[in-house]
Formats: sequence, structure tokens, C-alpha cells
Amino acid sequence: MNTKTLSRGDVAPSSVSRRSFLAGAAAASFVLGFTIPPRMSAAAQEATAEVNAWVVIHPDDSIQIRIARAEMGQGSLTGLAQLVAEELECDWSKVGFDLVSPHENLKRGKVWRDMSTGGSRAIRGSQEYVRTAGAAARSMLVQAAAQGWGVKPEECTVAKGVITHAASKRSTTYGAVAAAANKIAPPAQVQLKDPRTWTIAGQPLKRLDTRDKLNGSLVYGMDIRLPGMLVAIPKACPVHGGKLKSFDAAAVSKMHGVKHVLRVDDETVAVVADTFWRAKTALDALPVVWDEGDNAKVSSETIAAKLRDGLSAETNFVGNKTGDAKVVLAKASRVIEADYSFPYQNHAPMEVMSATIRWTPERCEMWGPTQVAEAALEAVAAASGLPIESCVVHPMRIGGSFGRRLVTDYVRIAVLIAKQIPDVPVKMMWTREEDMVQGRFHPVTQCRMRAALDQAGNVEALHMRISGQSIMAYMRPSVMTANGDPIAFQGLMPGGAEMAIGYTFPNLLIDHAMYNPHVRPGAWRGVNLNQNAVYLECFVDELAHATGQDPLAFRRKLMANHPKHLAVLEAAAKGIGWDSKPPAGVYRGLAQVMGFGSYVAAAAEVSVTKGRLRIHRIVAATDPGHVVNPQQIEAQIAGSFVYGLSAMLYGECTVKDGRIEQENFDSYNVMRLDEMPEVKVITVPSGGFWGGVGEPTIAVAAPAVLNAVFAATGKRVRNLPLKNIDLGTS
Amino acid sequence: MARLNINGKFLDVDVEEDTPLLWVIRDHVGLTGTKYGCGVGQCGACTLHVDGVATRSCALPVSAVTADQKIVTIEGLGADKPHPVQEVWAELDVAQCGYCQVGMIMAVSSLLAQNAKPSEDDIRSEISNICRCGTYPRVLAGVQLAAQRMAANKG
Repeated sequence: MNTKTLSRGDVAPSSVSRRSFLAGAAAASFVLGFTIPPRMSAAAQEATAEVNAWVVIHPDDSIQIRIARAEMGQGSLTGLAQLVAEELECDWSKVGFDLVSPHENLKRGKVWRDMSTGGSRAIRGSQEYVRTAGAAARSMLVQAAAQGWGVKPEECTVAKGVITHAASKRSTTYGAVAAAANKIAPPAQVQLKDPRTWTIAGQPLKRLDTRDKLNGSLVYGMDIRLPGMLVAIPKACPVHGGKLKSFDAAAVSKMHGVKHVLRVDDETVAVVADTFWRAKTALDALPVVWDEGDNAKVSSETIAAKLRDGLSAETNFVGNKTGDAKVVLAKASRVIEADYSFPYQNHAPMEVMSATIRWTPERCEMWGPTQVAEAALEAVAAASGLPIESCVVHPMRIGGSFGRRLVTDYVRIAVLIAKQIPDVPVKMMWTREEDMVQGRFHPVTQCRMRAALDQAGNVEALHMRISGQSIMAYMRPSVMTANGDPIAFQGLMPGGAEMAIGYTFPNLLIDHAMYNPHVRPGAWRGVNLNQNAVYLECFVDELAHATGQDPLAFRRKLMANHPKHLAVLEAAAKGIGWDSKPPAGVYRGLAQVMGFGSYVAAAAEVSVTKGRLRIHRIVAATDPGHVVNPQQIEAQIAGSFVYGLSAMLYGECTVKDGRIEQENFDSYNVMRLDEMPEVKVITVPSGGFWGGVGEPTIAVAAPAVLNAVFAATGKRVRNLPLKNIDLGTS
Repeated sequence: MARLNINGKFLDVDVEEDTPLLWVIRDHVGLTGTKYGCGVGQCGACTLHVDGVATRSCALPVSAVTADQKIVTIEGLGADKPHPVQEVWAELDVAQCGYCQVGMIMAVSSLLAQNAKPSEDDIRSEISNICRCGTYPRVLAGVQLAAQRMAANKG
């Protein structure tokens, strides 16, 4: 926060792992000279300070906890540090962090395990081994002190990083014994603390990564500046799968600042210039001819027609089956049927795709944001033509991602550009327009819900047919089963710890017919839980109303075998005051779901005046098993409503002539502060399991509000987004 | 060539006159705290102050700004000591990914300079910056707390 920055020539990402910059001699000479004074050699510094792979303690008692999972705003960086610090029993005020690099992870035999960050897995997927690492470091530090004193380790106690041997009235600090601890063999086993005794984990501590976000000093991928760096802006064929036929480089190559006009691959062209604006100006002026292929004939309408066919097509991909729903439905005296749809969504993170690459014939180095650092390293190696040992990736803190950077398409493009300009660092930046058109979209689906009801209003059978696009068929074909996409049935599975349905129907069939349009899909925060929850929760609400039953009482009957699902629903309902009348003109709706290992529910209060929806209040309940940082959970859950309700209100990417039509926030609107409801978050951790927090609540946002909209208007919204629906009382 | 007053210093920059102020500041001046979000004035990530008024710089050609207009970026806002909005933002842990927050803080500090006691409706209608992480509840609470702090400081 000072004006010195005005005179600085270059901005090296000092917010990124300081150590990772120090690690390689080339990196040090290339980037560092101006940010970190080389006091002692990197190797010497590391050797004295590293207790184990996760814990670095300096002689001044400051601690760096290594973070292997990506931080994109979700706060797991702080939560993971809390888990390590809890077992380490250190002084939290001395804790900082350091981001792990995938090439170091590879070099050290994957000592930091899986670095990928998706599926709300950052905390739950690493909690056991990071706690173990903290406990092991504590044990080694105590042993080092005890050895120094010639006493038994079990006679020593630890509090806030101070080791005490009471009998001899001696004490020392972690910083003083860290170097000695490094030479001690890790304990064969450690006893992890009972979470009920936690004092650092479980507490609403402030994030560790806030300060530099508030004064502009945090260097995101988009902000990197290196000596001699050029800026590249790519443009790929707007029809996915189409080809780059030709471009007239001569038409723009004399423009101010333009250095190169390049064919990147068979579908992408790029302009490289000295600044973003000059590159963009030239790219906009560049005559390009595309070979769009047959996909240019595809539109939202043709996709919808194919999906509609899937609603009644034969399929053998079954996610959940009890009894014989088809037979019961065929014989039923009363059948309720409804078709739903959920459109394409773009992740639209505030920071668009970028990566900075320096390619030489011997080495390829990347600075940039990624949710899958190890896959990014592999992508760098593949595109650079160099062995993976010659490649380096410095993962950076990310300006929002929501699943977009689980794929490495942009990394590949950046390397293919830089490879054509050896020795020169190239920052590839996308425009918002490129980011919107070349997204990896929330898949498009439709759903047909059919229920058989008996005379008393009980559900005898339910058939839920999803017709839609598979994410994994595109993103990770190797995990596809013989019948289909293994994550198609999120929130609908018969059981298990990840994504189980919360209802029991005497006859149930949930199946899926796959149709994959050319528009490239991706894992969009919440993934398939989003549409599955809209379909099931809105239709269950339809059944309650069709049989004249209270939506909560109706659900209770179906949820008797699902106590954890029911508990969060009851908590949300109680929180909104379901048993008491809402204020005049205000109406309520409920939804619940299980996904990413957690149970979540929401209760919404809305009013609709002259067709205008106002969402007044939402009460959300969550059972994630364990709570590592309650105030960060609250932030994630409130944020989940912004993400989920943005999709419900506005989110829709349409296809015309094979292209995505929405190119910026003027046509792809999102929720802003003026529409933000009050959100109350109730956390009811029941222990015994570890669930995720970043995603599941998104899925209940839309159905809770849509069910309240029905209560208010009598209009059942089955096709999102709401902006296309007239809620007026015509 | 354009002459600009940025964070209290005069700077001459050699740029085409249609270059948006955002890119002059990021690429030519080297201040990267002001962010690119959309390029069409929709999201507010590029918000800075021109003569104290929150201005979206991504679609504002540098030729529209004169040397006697004072431009303040996030780097200049709390240069001497953190602005009360920055302090409150830290206290409430408002930021998630943080990418939009510099623009948010510039928009909020400008609002409070012009309207020391904004109502909730004022805040909701004036602060239209996009945050995809969904920090809006804490932004709202933060504006209200910062307004109280600034009023108390004036005594």
C-alpha cells in the first residue's frame, strides 16, 4: 500500500510460493533479483527450517504451512493451515503459508499427495494426512528439545509453540529446535486429537490470505510482469470443434506494438504484442476465416429437440432402482407428469483464463492459476515437447474459478504460443469474450418426472428420466462406465457417503439418456447436483401441492429412512419459522439435497409484486460432519446462494449457428448486491464423517426459491432461467 | 502521449489515445491492483477514482482524462495508512478470491465520501460491482460498519 509501486519495473508474483521461486537457479536469476534479496542459498534456508514437508519453522519462530490445494477464494488454504496448526500446537499468530509447486511434488515422490482442487474435496480429501503431518512435526520438535536436554520426550509439554520440561524448569521454542527436529525420524504413528478438543481448528479464525487482496498488491496470474515480457491474446474457432482455415497476418502486423501473429493450433490464432490493448486491437482487426464444420448448424433449438427425444428413449443407464416404477405407473389411477430443463452456464470467474510461459529449448516454466497443478505440469510438458523433469509450474492464487480451471486447455494454448517465441516470457491473457465463448459449460439437460399417486396422496412410484450431456465423456473419458457418466446421478444415488437421495419411494427408477452436443462441457460449481436438485425438489413440491399436503409434512413421510437429510431440512424449516405464518404477501419454499459428502437444505421467503420477484430471506442448514472454520463456511454458503441464484435468475448460454451467443456480462447477467437476500446459515455438524462445503448448497438455492415462487404465484417454473418467465398475474 | 496525475504523481505515457485508462495504468504505468474483468464497464473490477468519483476505467479512453484530473488507484487509496474501508474489509474477512475487491473498495470509498450515511437501499443500488464468489452480505455489512467508523472518527 505505497506509491513505491509506481517506480517498480516489474511485478514478480511474490505472493506465490517464495520458496518455489528460490528453488531453481534459473527461476531465481530470471525473476527474483528485484523482489527477494538472496540472503542465504535456498537450499541452506530450506534445510534448517523444514521440519517435514508440510511444516517449515524459521529461527524467529515464524511458521510456514505448505498448502498443496489451490486457493481460489473458497478459503480452504486457511482451513488446511488450521488443521496442521491444531495438531502442531503452535502459535497461530505466527502462521503463514506457502504454496506447493507440482514439479517439487513430483520430485519428492508426491509427498504433498493430490494437489487437484475440485469436488469440494480440499479439506475433506486432505484432512487426515495434513493433521497427521502436524502431529508428526510436533512429536519431532518435542523429541529434538528433549534430546537437547537429555530428558524423555513424554516429560515435556507444549503450548503455543513453546516446549517446556517442568521438572527441570526449562523451556524452548519451536524455532530454536526446528533444525534439530528435521534430522529426527518421523514417528511411526501419531494419535490425532478428538475434534471436540480443537482450539485452532473449528474456530472462526480470519483468513491468512486477506491483506494483499485489499491493497492491490496480490499478483494474480493476470498481473504478472516480467522483463521483456510480451502479451498474447488467442482466439479459437467460436464453433467448438471448428478449424482455423486462414488469417491475414499482414493486415495487422504493422499495427503499433504488434510482434507476432501466430497459428497456435488447428483451431486457434493469436496476436502477440507489447501490451494487452495493442494485442486486442490487432486481434479485433485481424481477418480470420474459420472452417466451422457441421456444428455450425447446431442451435439451442436443435439441442433441445434431441434432448426431448431422450426423455422417452430406451436406455440402460440406471442410477437408482427399487421395485418396478414403470409397471406401477402404467397401471396407476393418478399420474402427475412434468418436464423440466436446465440450460448451459458459463463459470464466469472474475479473473479470466491466463498463463505466463517462458519456453526455451531446455526448459519450460509456467506461472499461473490452476485447480489441477499436476495436470497443468503434464499439459506444459506435453505442449512444450520437453520431458516433465524440465518443466516447472508455479501455481498462483486464483481470482475465482468454480471448476473452470479443472481443465488445462488454456495452459496448452499458452505453451503453444510461447514455444514459437523462444526465451521470451509470454503472458497469455484471454478477453472476457473469449472466456465466455470458449468456456467449459455447465451441461445442458432436460428431465421428465412421472409419479403415480394412490387415493390417499402417497407416492406409489416415481420415474425420473434425465436426458442430457455428460461432463465426463468430454472431460475424463477414462472414468466413463459401460453405461454412462458416473457422476450423472449426483444427489440421486441409492446410498453411500457422497451423493445419496434423501427419499424412499416404494417403486423408483432414475435413469439417464446421454446426448452430447459439440459445446464443450465442464464441472461448474455444484456440477450435476444443480439440475438434479431442481428437478427432484421442485417435483416433490409439485406432488405435495397436487395432493393438498404441506411440503414439509409431505417430505417428512418420504424421508423417514434418511435422518441426516431430514435433520438439515428440519433445521432450515425451523429457522425460517415454517410453522408460523409468513408476513402478508410473503411466501415460502423448501429444498434439501445431499452432495459432496454433506447434507444441505434451504428455506426461502419471497414475494412477487406485479411480476417482480423479490427474495427476502433464506435460511440454510448444513451438516458437513465436521466444521473447520465456521465463519468461512458461512461465507461459502452465502456465496453459494449468489452463484446458484445467479444461474436461476439469469444464467443461460444459448447456441446459434453453433456458437455460444453470450459474450460478456451485458448478455450474461449475474446477481448483484441489489438482489441479495438476507442469508442465515445454520451449521449442524453431526460428526463421524467429512463432507464438503463449497458446492452442495448451490443446488438448493434455485429449488427453494422456485418452490416459494409457486407458493406466491401458482406458477410452476420448470425451465430456467427465470428471466425468460413472466411471473405477472395475467 | 498523455499526461496523467496518478496517485499524486504526474506521469507521461506514450499510448494511443483510444487506449482505455485501465490498460494505461496496468501496462504502461505498471500498477496492477486495478483489475480487468469485462472491458465493457459492466463488472466494476476496474473501478478507480477520478477526482474522487468512482469510475470504471476499462472502457474510458485515456484521451478523456486530463492532467488536472486526479486519478487515485487502489495503490494510492491507502498509501499513507489503510483507508477505513480497507480496515473494515480485513476485520470482516470480506474478500474471498479478492479479484473484484479492489474495485469494490474503490466504489465503496467513493460512495462514503459522497454519502456519509448511506441507507441500505443506497448501498444496494450504488454498489453494482460483480462478485462471483458472492461476498455481497459482508460487503453490505462492511459499508455500514465503515460508515459508522468514519463518522466516529470525524467526531
